[in-house]
Amino acid sequence: MKRWLPFAWIAALRFLAEGRMQTTFILSGIAIGVGVIVFMSAMLAGLQANFIKRVLTSQPQIQLLPPDEVARPLRRGEGVFEAAVVQRPAQRVLSIDQWQAIRDAMRARPDVVVAAPTASGAMLAVRGDASRSITLTGMEPEQYFKIVRVPDYIVAGELRLGTDDILIGTELAKDLGASVGDKLNVTSAEARSRILTITGIFDLGNKGANQRNTFVALRTAQSLLYLIGGVTTIDLTVSDIYAAETIAQEIEASLPVQAESWIATNAQFFTAVRAQQNSNTLIRLFVALSVAFGIAAVLIVSVIQRSKDIGILRAMGTARRQILQIFLIQGGVLGFLGSLVGSVLGAGALMLWHHLARQVDGTELFPLVLEPGLFVAAAAIATLTGVAAGVAPAVRAASLDPVEAIRG
Amino acid sequence: MADVLVLDQIRKSYNVGTPVEVEVLHGIDLAIRPGEFVALMGPSGSGKSTLLNIIGLLDRPTSGRLLINGEDTTDLPDAALTKLRGHTIGFVFQYHYLISAFTAAENVMMPMLVDRGHPDRQMEERAAELLDRVGLGKWRDNRATNMSGGQQQRVAVARALAMDPTLVLADEPTGNLDTASANAVFELMRQINRERSTTFLIVTHNMDLARQCDRIVEVVDGRITPARQPPG
Repeated sequence: MKRWLPFAWIAALRFLAEGRMQTTFILSGIAIGVGVIVFMSAMLAGLQANFIKRVLTSQPQIQLLPPDEVARPLRRGEGVFEAAVVQRPAQRVLSIDQWQAIRDAMRARPDVVVAAPTASGAMLAVRGDASRSITLTGMEPEQYFKIVRVPDYIVAGELRLGTDDILIGTELAKDLGASVGDKLNVTSAEARSRILTITGIFDLGNKGANQRNTFVALRTAQSLLYLIGGVTTIDLTVSDIYAAETIAQEIEASLPVQAESWIATNAQFFTAVRAQQNSNTLIRLFVALSVAFGIAAVLIVSVIQRSKDIGILRAMGTARRQILQIFLIQGGVLGFLGSLVGSVLGAGALMLWHHLARQVDGTELFPLVLEPGLFVAAAAIATLTGVAAGVAPAVRAASLDPVEAIRG
Repeated sequence: MADVLVLDQIRKSYNVGTPVEVEVLHGIDLAIRPGEFVALMGPSGSGKSTLLNIIGLLDRPTSGRLLINGEDTTDLPDAALTKLRGHTIGFVFQYHYLISAFTAAENVMMPMLVDRGHPDRQMEERAAELLDRVGLGKWRDNRATNMSGGQQQRVAVARALAMDPTLVLADEPTGNLDTASANAVFELMRQINRERSTTFLIVTHNMDLARQCDRIVEVVDGRITPARQPPG
C-alpha cells in the first residue's frame, strides 16, 4: 500500500486492478473511442486546412470595394417626387475614395494580416491575330503576393513586374502562342492600349483562372483603366478566416466602402466547410457519449458486484462521501488511462493513413498535424467524461444501505 | 463504570405510515456492562438481526433511545453516526466478509485507514500485531481468497479489533464454519475478551457456544425474554 495515497484512491485502484477483465474491456472501449476522436480530429483538421489553403490562397478573404452608385430621383420639395422611372445605373470602374487612409486603417487593425490595394478591370489581350479577354489586376507585388501566392505557381520566367511587364497564366499563353519575353498588346474598352512584355507564366491549377487572370504593376493598371492614383479594391486577409464576415460587417459599418467576405461570396464552400465541421463535432460528441455510457455501465455493474464490500466499508465507518469518491476516481482513472492508450492508437492510425492515403499525383492527401494540444485536450476531456460517467454509479454506491448491502 | 450499551424502549417498525406497517421490535430494554461476553439468541424472524443492526448503528430505531458509552445516539446525524460506528463498534459477519481486493494485513488496517485517510507505519504495526494475535502472522500478505473460511474469520476478528472498539458485534460468526474452526474462532474471541476486556455481543444458534458466554439474551417475537445465566 502506498503511504502517500489517500484511502479513496487506494480502494479505487485496487478495485480496478481486481476486476482485471472488466477493466481491460472498458479500457479498450475507451481507447478505441478516444482513438477515433483523435484520428478524426487530426485528419479532418489536416484535410480542412489543406482544402481551405487551396481555395483561400487564390483569393482574398475580404474585398473592399467602392460603394455602388445609386440613382436618386430629383426632388421638387420635401416628400414630393417627380413621376419618373428610376433605373439602376451601370457601375463604372471607380476608385475607392480616400483609399490610402482606408488601407492604413486596415493595416492598423489587429485582426487584419495583409491589406493590398489593387486596380483591376476587363481588358483585351492581343497578339497577332489572336485576342482574348482578360482580367487585368494591377497591384503592389510585395503586399498582394502575400494574399494570392502567385510566386509559388510561376512555371516559366521570373517574378518581375516593371511598368511594362505582365504575368499571364499558362492557358492564355497557349491561346496566344506567347512565351516569356514576348509582347502583348493590352487594350481597354476605351481603346487605351499598351504594349506589355511577358516576364512570367503561372499555373494556378484552374483552367479558367489561367485563362483570364493577369497581373501587372499597380501603376500600369491605373493608367490602362484611367484611374490615375486610384484603386478599385483593397484586398484583405485576416487572422481568423471564420471571423471574416463579422470583420467585413464592422468595416462596412465604419467606412464608406462595401466589404465582401469570402464567407458571403463563397456561401456554398463555406457551408460545406461548416457542414464538415459540424458532422465532425457531432460524430465526436456521440463517440464520447457512447464511451461515457460504457464507463457508466461498467461502473454500475461494479457497484452491484461490490455491494458487499461497500456494505462492510460502510459498517467499519466509511463515510458516504468516501464511497462516492472511490467510484468517481475509478471513472476518472478509466477515462485518463483510456485516453492515453487511445491517443497512441489514434496517432498510429493517423500516421498509417497518412502514409497509405495519397492523392492521384502521389502527394499527401492531408498534412500530418499532430498537435500536443489535441492529446492534452483528449486526455482532459476523457478524464472529465469518466468522472461524469462515474457520478450515477457513485451516487448509487454511496446511497447503498449497509444492512441491505451486507445481507446481499 | 457506565454500561457500554444501553437500550431503552427500542421499537422498530417497517413500512411506517402505510397499511402494511409492521412492528418487529416491541420495546427492547437491554444493558451490557464493560467486558461482558453476551450471547444473543432467538429463532429466525424473532427480530434479532434487526436488533443487532440497531445496536451496530447500521439502522435507526423507530422510537426509543440507544446509548453507547453513555452517549445518546438518537439525534445524531448520519455522518456522526458513521464516525461513531467506526470508532466504537467492531463487526464480525457470518460470511467472513473480507474485502477480496486486499491482503489479510490490509483488511485489518482498513478501519484505521478509513478513519485516518492515509496509510501509516503505526497502522501496519497494529495490523501485524493483531494478525499475530489471531495466529495468522505469516498470512499477512495473502489475499482473502487464498485463505480458508476459518482463517478468514480470524482475520475478520482481528479487523474488528483494529480500532480498539468498545463493543464487538458478531453475527453468527461461526455459523458457516466446520465445528473445529468454529470452536477455534469462538475460543479466540473469548480469549481476547478476557485479555483485553473487550465487550462482545454474539448472535448464535449454537447452544453449546452460548453456554460458554457470560450471559444469554434471548429475543422471541420482538421481545427479550427474562435474562438467564448460562448453566454452569
